[in-house]
Amino acid sequence: MKLYEYQAKEIFKKFGISIPRGQIADTPEECKKIAEEIGKPVAIKAQVLVGGRGKAGGIKFAETPEEAAEIASQILGSQIKGIKIEKVLVEEKLEIENELYFGITVDRSARKYVAIVSSRGGVDIEEVAEKYPEEIIKHYVDPLLGFQGFEARDLVKKIGLKGRNLIIAADILNKLWKIVEKYDAELVEINPLIKTKDDKLIAADARLIIDDNALFRHPEFEKTMETEGKEFNERELKARKEGLAYVELDGNIGIIGNGAGLVMATLDMVSLYGGKPANFLDVGGGADPKRMETALEIILSNPRVKVVFINILGGITRCDWMAKGIIEARERIKIQVPLVVRMVGTMEEAGRKILQEAGIDVLDSMEEAAKRAVEIANRIAGDE
Amino acid sequence: MAILVNNKTRVIVQGITGTQGSFHTKLMLEYGTKVVAGVTPGKGGQETHGVPVYDTVKEALSEHDANASIIFVPAPFAKDAVLEGINAGLELIVVITEHIPIKDAIQMIEVAKRNNVNIVGPNTPGVITPNECKLGIMPGHIFKRGEIGIISRSGTLTYEIASNLTRAGFGQSTCLGIGGDPVIGINFIDALQMFVNDDETKAVVLIGEIGGDAEEKAAEYIKREFTKPVAAFIAGRTAPPGKRMGHAGAIISGRAGTAESKIKALKRAGVYVVEKPKEISERLKEIL
Repeated sequence: MKLYEYQAKEIFKKFGISIPRGQIADTPEECKKIAEEIGKPVAIKAQVLVGGRGKAGGIKFAETPEEAAEIASQILGSQIKGIKIEKVLVEEKLEIENELYFGITVDRSARKYVAIVSSRGGVDIEEVAEKYPEEIIKHYVDPLLGFQGFEARDLVKKIGLKGRNLIIAADILNKLWKIVEKYDAELVEINPLIKTKDDKLIAADARLIIDDNALFRHPEFEKTMETEGKEFNERELKARKEGLAYVELDGNIGIIGNGAGLVMATLDMVSLYGGKPANFLDVGGGADPKRMETALEIILSNPRVKVVFINILGGITRCDWMAKGIIEARERIKIQVPLVVRMVGTMEEAGRKILQEAGIDVLDSMEEAAKRAVEIANRIAGDE
Repeated sequence: MAILVNNKTRVIVQGITGTQGSFHTKLMLEYGTKVVAGVTPGKGGQETHGVPVYDTVKEALSEHDANASIIFVPAPFAKDAVLEGINAGLELIVVITEHIPIKDAIQMIEVAKRNNVNIVGPNTPGVITPNECKLGIMPGHIFKRGEIGIISRSGTLTYEIASNLTRAGFGQSTCLGIGGDPVIGINFIDALQMFVNDDETKAVVLIGEIGGDAEEKAAEYIKREFTKPVAAFIAGRTAPPGKRMGHAGAIISGRAGTAESKIKALKRAGVYVVEKPKEISERLKEIL
């Protein structure tokens, strides 16, 4: 789960990491009031969960409260990468001397958390890693002992921090680690960490991603989760609620399968034969008929879907149950689009029988079935 | 020969009384796996499909000789179960459980490493050496004993390719699901190192997917020192960046973890990368 900048900053504040003075607003009037209270030029920052906000015009500066209100009225309600902006963060504008990068994330190959600091903050860190690999300083956190003070001091010394700021910067890094530990974060990042002209270190931006698999032990995020929806459309939300892995794409061939790898390969086959998948949907292992029914319902509520390709390889999943789910869905939601079904494995005979009696052909090669689905989709698109 | 499991593997099922644990204990027994005991705290003294159940792994080991366990314990308790298995002195632990928090996975895998315990998974279908031992949830009948080693991040896609191979006459020495999570125990390189020392294995099939750089790292290793032919399929060429494709580990982050990058690296290492799963057996026919 991704947190908004303002939510992450609330947590930073709680842990004693300095953040700019400011507040969240959802109207231009509020924005004006906050700017008046701050009493100096402000930054107005769109609260969205997509990257590249600055480039997309989501961060602007205002000299006066009136200008702040004017800018807020332009930003609020506009869109960044298709996501509507409902809140802006209004903060004091900082006098920047330089910008640093501080972050902790998971290094999959090392099987450890890794703390990363760089003296090149304020830009995409992946770009820094490509162009100036020597300016990325890393430390792998001991999984059992955690992140020690001296390790943090070693790191920040390497990017040239001295004196009081060396102590403060190391302290910020150790606090980021405490946030990772306390909230099961996958990523915590300050980019940029600003060194101001009066020599203070302030977290100008904040990113915090919580491990979805750990949410069961974090009831404190229950309310935060209500704001999470903004990242997803209606169908994606419904799928999440039903525990189905669903990702929407922009094609016209709806796809259902069992097992993430198999479904990904199914999308690849459809593309290889010149088709365009409308989605990724994994019903998971050992799904029952109801799950297949729900999966079909979600996919068919997407008006772009012209044909549905169902690819089932029965291991712990039973083909007869999947067939039953398909028939029940067809009767209940009156499926108008053609179905292409590939089904092999556990209880295959019974599954085929159920579908064939209902007039649905069953194929046994995934490649053949993908080809068939693409042909049908193309024919329908040609007719329209 | 084979790797990791064989007819000498003696198994404890942790979480044996749950729906999944009990169901797959039955299937493993039917396959011929030597399941000697089960563990579910508070259910000691019961039996599941004729297998005695104990409260703790230690207790099970005091009554039975076992060297491996398979874990069906729900995610919130899985780390505890793995640590219990390590503490009791098991050599191999297969973690079927999906949705284990990444912090727990990092810790349990570190403890395993310090104790020389092999962890398979989490979020894996397990490992099978056909005709000898099935330590997992894969459908046993699609596998046939032979000369091909399989290493995969996926479940059903592995069944797809394994059954294709079997039908084409290529049996398998061992088929290993390494797991779909971002942080896993045995990875591609570890498994390749095991297969290189296994005389029975003549070629290896590697089934990868988007996310992380495990395939790129494996490619470097293959190029450097792997001596047997490798064929590969990488799933997710059409996956959009930033979206999790079912598996927790299957996500393109920024510019990292794309299928193109993996395919390119593997091809450069001399691996036969195919576009369609069914082409794996066709390529193997040319190679072997």
